[in-house]
Amino acid sequence: MTIRDLIEKGIFETVNAGDEPEKEITSVFCCDLLSIAMSRGVEGAAWVTVMGNINTLAVMTLTDMSCIVLAEGTRMDETGLQKAQSEGFTVLRTEKSIFDASLEIYRLIHGE
Amino acid sequence: MSDSLEFKYDVDGEDFTRVGHASTDIKKKLKMIGIAPDIVRRVSIAIYEGEINMVIHAYGGEITVEISEDDIKMVLKDKGPGIPDIEKAMTAGYSTASENVRNLGFGAGMGLPNMKKYTDSIDIETEIGVGTTVTMHVHLT
Repeated sequence: MTIRDLIEKGIFETVNAGDEPEKEITSVFCCDLLSIAMSRGVEGAAWVTVMGNINTLAVMTLTDMSCIVLAEGTRMDETGLQKAQSEGFTVLRTEKSIFDASLEIYRLIHGE
Repeated sequence: MSDSLEFKYDVDGEDFTRVGHASTDIKKKLKMIGIAPDIVRRVSIAIYEGEINMVIHAYGGEITVEISEDDIKMVLKDKGPGIPDIEKAMTAGYSTASENVRNLGFGAGMGLPNMKKYTDSIDIETEIGVGTTVTMHVHLT
């Protein structure tokens, strides 16, 4: 499933679509501690988290994760939003819990 | 011996929004040079953790990355308070970061352990009240 596919499903609100719509989402990663995400983040994963700041974006790009999904009704702060827009990162958000959001992405990846 | 490439970065100790500047920039440069993706990831993670440490603990500092034919050398130098107990600081889960820093998602006590994990060697020179210099190497061959 590509980023474009996920956005077009319309299950999450698009905060910033980003400039790599054809990038493949290969798995789901959940973590809110950035240092752990840094060491365990999975390349190509959609990262479901409640941490919506500029550092989340840095960790996403350094670990080659494909996009960020802010769950539990959290939002990207203003600085992070500007960074996502200027660098073309994909950020989505949802009121759903981390578990539910992750499960939905998992099911889409695995065609369930 | 062929020439080595050197990049220098100033890390602003006041500004959490700038953390990641050096590591994301070096990541782009290494990719451009054609360094293997796995090495790029390891180097950029190690530098990012270093950047965070400099901002959290040491009022900023200076990062130098030297790329030669068979090695990437990273030197992270700060004029911070120094590390009283390196062994403790190297222990996964041990952290002296403030509540404020933890609220940003840091302070899990993984900084130095991650730096060690992702590099081939790490050397820490520290003096209380003077500063800390962390030297890391990642081999290219």
